[in-house]
Amino acid sequence: MEIITSLVATTMSAGTPLLLAAVGIVVSERSGVVNLGTEGIMLVAAVTGFGIVHLSGQYWLGFVAGALAGALLSMLFAALAIGLLTNQYATGLAVALFGAGLSAFIGQPLQGQTLPARGADGIALLRDLPLAGPALFAQHWLVYFALALTGAVAWFLFRTRGGLVLRAVGEAPESAHALGYPVRRIRFAALAFGGACAGLAGAYLSTVHTPLWSEGMVSGRGWIALALVTFATWRPGRVLLGAYLFGGVTMLQFYLQGQGVDIASQWLAMTPYLATIVVLALISRNPRWIRLNMPASLGKPFSPNG
Amino acid sequence: MKSFALVARATPSRLFAWLSPVIAILLTLAAGAWLFALMGKDPVQGLRVFLLEPLSSVRALSELALKATPLILVGTGLAVCFRANIWNIGAEGQLIAGAIAGGGIALLATRESTRAFVPAILLASALGGAAWAAITAWLRDRFNANEILVSLMLVYVAQLLLAWLVQGPLKDPAGYGFPQSRLFEAAARMPLLIEGTRLNIGFVLALAAVGFIWALLARSVIGFQLRVSGLAPLAARYAGYSGRRVLWFSLLLSGAFAGLAGGLEAAGPIGQLSPTISPGYGFAAIIVAFVGRLHPVGIVLAAFVMALFYIGGELAQSRLGLPSALTGVYQGLLLFFLLACDTLVGHRLQWRSAARAD
Repeated sequence: MEIITSLVATTMSAGTPLLLAAVGIVVSERSGVVNLGTEGIMLVAAVTGFGIVHLSGQYWLGFVAGALAGALLSMLFAALAIGLLTNQYATGLAVALFGAGLSAFIGQPLQGQTLPARGADGIALLRDLPLAGPALFAQHWLVYFALALTGAVAWFLFRTRGGLVLRAVGEAPESAHALGYPVRRIRFAALAFGGACAGLAGAYLSTVHTPLWSEGMVSGRGWIALALVTFATWRPGRVLLGAYLFGGVTMLQFYLQGQGVDIASQWLAMTPYLATIVVLALISRNPRWIRLNMPASLGKPFSPNG
Repeated sequence: MKSFALVARATPSRLFAWLSPVIAILLTLAAGAWLFALMGKDPVQGLRVFLLEPLSSVRALSELALKATPLILVGTGLAVCFRANIWNIGAEGQLIAGAIAGGGIALLATRESTRAFVPAILLASALGGAAWAAITAWLRDRFNANEILVSLMLVYVAQLLLAWLVQGPLKDPAGYGFPQSRLFEAAARMPLLIEGTRLNIGFVLALAAVGFIWALLARSVIGFQLRVSGLAPLAARYAGYSGRRVLWFSLLLSGAFAGLAGGLEAAGPIGQLSPTISPGYGFAAIIVAFVGRLHPVGIVLAAFVMALFYIGGELAQSRLGLPSALTGVYQGLLLFFLLACDTLVGHRLQWRSAARAD
């Protein structure tokens, strides 16, 4: 029983950075822009968040700083991809590479540093429940925030006028432009939101999930989040399912090792990457299904000047 | 109020296509100088350490060529992919796979072995890299799986595979517990070009590869098909060109080149298998390919600039006490500036009265 409760708890914690990043990607991709830079954004935000918490001792300040750093880096992407109409794939790659370099550079003096202790996580009273308490209600508040954010994004996208406009911009930017909607501003805003989410994900990773900074510590989660959004056909609810599933896959390796399963740790560590490849292959088999769900203008630059 | 707008050019500007990388490099250096000043270092001295010291002696130049070798090889292979609009960004993984395959053969060499091992190592590395890339090609061909994500995921898998090998089956029993293989025997090391330096035959191979790709792209049928598939996919399909052929050809070729680069590193300057075969050459080569305009000759020049950044970063650490991660910042900046400058290839700036906010 104890194993199951702690497996559930660690799965939620490991799934949260994926969920936060992927929900942000859903919003930015729904507006028709693909930003491959998530990995780099998460790295920069992780080092920023860690550094700020280390210096100030305030966790919330670290989250704000991480989200701001993420939004800022995403705006740099937007300035190039939307402002200067550069190729979105190449620009996203530039963000990923730049973020990796910049985070390593900033983080060099932070290697091996520690963070101040945190108070007890979770929801008072509920976390003292037997079984369900430690499994579900003893998490850091960002875990619940991520869940609430997922619900809010789903509601925004499919139940509000603003969400309708955002989706229209992603499906048919020319028509949205003709109707008088500021296509590029909306995309800018969507990207800033996506960057802030990825930033929050990075800060959570380096301050709560594994409270330390090491170079390249995001280790592919940004790319997995990008893949998750495709698996989830750009729907927040399915993103949640996928993020927790992958969180579970990541944590399972530690349990197998803890149980004394005789497989080298490196082979177990490969599972999230191999799982991503397998799911990607299965889901992509039917291109028509993907195309039906994908925002129609995804990756195509839009200029009001033709 | 006046503002500027980007207006599409009728035809891309050839002038800007070649000018843009030069401007981007100059802007990167300017930003780099500013970065030095920001960290309280004299920018002039900083740039001198970064740019001129790696060019100051024969030995320094040979080190530069040594660093440029994998970048030339991987960058040329990637150029073939990118020209065909196939986004292979997992060259780092293919490079590692090549190092594993080549290193595996190199470890078979004994003290009595002959130089016949050298071609065997090179062949194995190329095959290893190609096999790793074939996974991406197959998944894309058979399941339509996005090659960006698959090739990238395979980088992490390759890194973990290498880490397992050097901590497990290939670990040097006399290595004091360090995660690395034993040193390769002399017969399994790449012959040096200049005695007293570390520059080996890999540099010549890389230049030969550049010549081969140049001829391939300019003169062969598959080269023509590659370019058409990249520039005008519909026209390529109308002409009956096989997209599958282009996909497999470009991925296998770039995988083989990346693998060769990995084998050359392992059996060249490193001389054994260790967990860090490459300081991100596979990723830096993406930038090299773009800065070199996907043209073989341009790639050679761009690879030397990128090699300068690598050595400059090391020197900045030892001479100026700055983190060597500076290299990564410079690399990222260079690609940003290049992309921004490239806007002027297809567009021109036009000043006009602001009409509407969008």
